[in-house]
Amino acid sequence: MRDLSSSLPSPSRRGLLKGVGGAALLGAGIPLLSACGSSGSSSDPKTVSLGSNASDAVPKKAFAEIYAAFKKQSGIAVDVNTKDHNTFQEQINSYLQGTPDDVFNWFAGYRMQFFAAKNLASPIDDVWDKIGGNFPDAMKKLSKGADGKYYFVPLYTYPWAIFYRKSVFAQHGYEVPTTWDAFVALCKQMKKDGLVPIAFGDKDAWPAMGTFDQINFRLNGYDFHVELMAGKAAWTDAKVKAVFDHWAELLPYHQDGFMGRTWQDAAQTLVSKKAGMYVLGSFVGQQFTNKADLDDLDFFAFPEINSAYGQDTVEAPTDGFMVSKAPKNKAGVAKLLEYLGTPAAEQIYLKADSSVVAASSKADTSSYTPLQKKAYEMISGAKSLTQFMDRDSRPDFTSTVMQPALQKFLQNPKGVDSLLSSIERQKKTIFASS
Amino acid sequence: MTTDTNMKSPEAAAVPPSGPAPVNKRVPRGHKRLLTRRDRITLGFMAGVPTILHVALVWVTALASIALAFTSWDGIGFGSIKWVGLDNFRQLFTDNPQFWPAVEHNVIWFVVLILIPTPFGLFLAVQLDKNIRFSRVYQTAFFLPVVVSLAVTGFVWQLVYNPDTGLINSLIGANKPGHYIDWIGDPHLNLWAVLIAASWRHTGYMMILYLAGLKGVDPSLREASSLDGANEWQTFKNVIFPTLRPTNTVVLVVTIIEALRAFDLVFVFNKGAQGTELLSILITNNIIGESSRIGYGSAIAVVLLVISLAVIIPYLISTFRKERSA
Repeated sequence: MRDLSSSLPSPSRRGLLKGVGGAALLGAGIPLLSACGSSGSSSDPKTVSLGSNASDAVPKKAFAEIYAAFKKQSGIAVDVNTKDHNTFQEQINSYLQGTPDDVFNWFAGYRMQFFAAKNLASPIDDVWDKIGGNFPDAMKKLSKGADGKYYFVPLYTYPWAIFYRKSVFAQHGYEVPTTWDAFVALCKQMKKDGLVPIAFGDKDAWPAMGTFDQINFRLNGYDFHVELMAGKAAWTDAKVKAVFDHWAELLPYHQDGFMGRTWQDAAQTLVSKKAGMYVLGSFVGQQFTNKADLDDLDFFAFPEINSAYGQDTVEAPTDGFMVSKAPKNKAGVAKLLEYLGTPAAEQIYLKADSSVVAASSKADTSSYTPLQKKAYEMISGAKSLTQFMDRDSRPDFTSTVMQPALQKFLQNPKGVDSLLSSIERQKKTIFASS
Repeated sequence: MTTDTNMKSPEAAAVPPSGPAPVNKRVPRGHKRLLTRRDRITLGFMAGVPTILHVALVWVTALASIALAFTSWDGIGFGSIKWVGLDNFRQLFTDNPQFWPAVEHNVIWFVVLILIPTPFGLFLAVQLDKNIRFSRVYQTAFFLPVVVSLAVTGFVWQLVYNPDTGLINSLIGANKPGHYIDWIGDPHLNLWAVLIAASWRHTGYMMILYLAGLKGVDPSLREASSLDGANEWQTFKNVIFPTLRPTNTVVLVVTIIEALRAFDLVFVFNKGAQGTELLSILITNNIIGESSRIGYGSAIAVVLLVISLAVIIPYLISTFRKERSA
């Protein structure tokens, strides 16, 4: 009986359990396996692998030129693995836990500090010892993790502001408003003149966050923005309520039908001179394909609401590079980052993409377009720089709570009180976890 | 019996004996002469590989997500999994402003699919079954939306509904300030707008299912019914439709599944913004992407699983009961 049972092909209970265990391991391995990119497995001292989210043609080419210049200078090749921009962002968790490339594209702000705190990125203080002089203090602050170490090398940045067309303002004799009252009065006048005062499209759910940020730090200041985004200040605070009250005052001047409109479509109304203004990042310029139209584009800082803060804060999302937790070619990585932190690297990038400005204060601004010059002045003159709601706060909070909540507010501005207490309840549970 | 096995295989004593084990041990004795070693290995592979795949891809994942529903986890390292008991469900039922609308929309989705495109699909099938001219052309035309991926359907309809440049608003002049009809964004409209797209596709699907059912109806039934003097409607109501019973069951199950798994169309359409929240989209938003609230998202997935089971179990019970009585 015993020898018979041992020759049985049918799996014993124990064997079955083993199989289940193996299958469970297999199941657990799948997300990790999928994260294994085509990273160069060699620890060749002459290559550095780099995970890139620059999948659009313009930035992709610009980055390639930087790496080519780096190779010429140092002899180290950069092996770039490009992924679709959104996919890269969505897979970042499993990507960084698997076998990430040595260096990867990422954003400054909480989103960078989060991975630094999770030990998924390496500190690069040694690199900053060499490139520190190239950057203004605001950029240095943006590049540090919560532990005070450097984790990030910024490459370029761009401001959020109110964009308008010079010819439209000239035609109607409008003046750039610097105070809230002047701004509202201008909206009223534009409406009377048959223009859409403020172009708006919130189908992608993030543009509304930009407007919220602007009103919030103009009204309550940079420190409150930071506290609110870090989950410390309460959303039920009267200060937040005041932000929504100001926003509600502006809503009648926003473009109708914004929930179904993308930012690109909204930008087209500015291109076609149907809209007077648009609160957006300077990437709005990408929609101005005609050179004459682009030259006509201009912007001004969001008007002052509270004289205690004036216009001292600029929302300037910054993109750059981070180092993964265990880079294979440490020396090469350091060299690459040192190069990326130079004004020369930034200028190569800016030549290809004129909708952004260099993060370094040493970059040559002589080749800037007037729009870039203005953006550069605005950013370098700012007392504080913010990133963006979803870069300054937990991404799980902004994407699952704030995006739908702001859309709800836009559709029903009167229900602010219950909305804010709902946000606060959800915020507490999210920030309490891990 | 159990003690008997225990005594004869002491090495298995540490493990509590399983129910079917004694049976296993007796059955192969008869087959030993019939099956060679190779046969047994082949059989083992043929049964084993699908079993392992099934267990790994269906049971382990389902059970893992049920277990994760009671935890809080950001997806980074297994060490950060934290047991939170029923917290996720409590938050879901009381704090999440999108959860109950999502449940409601899934139900509306089902009711609309069963009330509008399903009867319409049946109607088309009955007409096409009459061998009218160009029947094939119509069949193809109505079935085409089913062949097209739902993501593509969503993309196409989203162009039709676009507030500025879309077909509908351009035709009726609703793309001027003050007259906007925001088909995609307005929470009172967008669910219905997207349901029209879903129905457009579902009609073709139902038509094909019913057409297949109708082809199986014995022509002599029609003959007998017309000999008895029944008109077309009476024939359909009293003779044809009752014979379509098996098809109706399939249609019901397919429609329920369609309603529960509704995702791609809406995700492409407007990413499940206010008015079109669906359970599947809430799960995706919480788990995929940078947010990685894996425990919380799993809790929503468990709710969806319970709803599916509540629908499927009665169906299975009635099917098995019928089989047993047959």
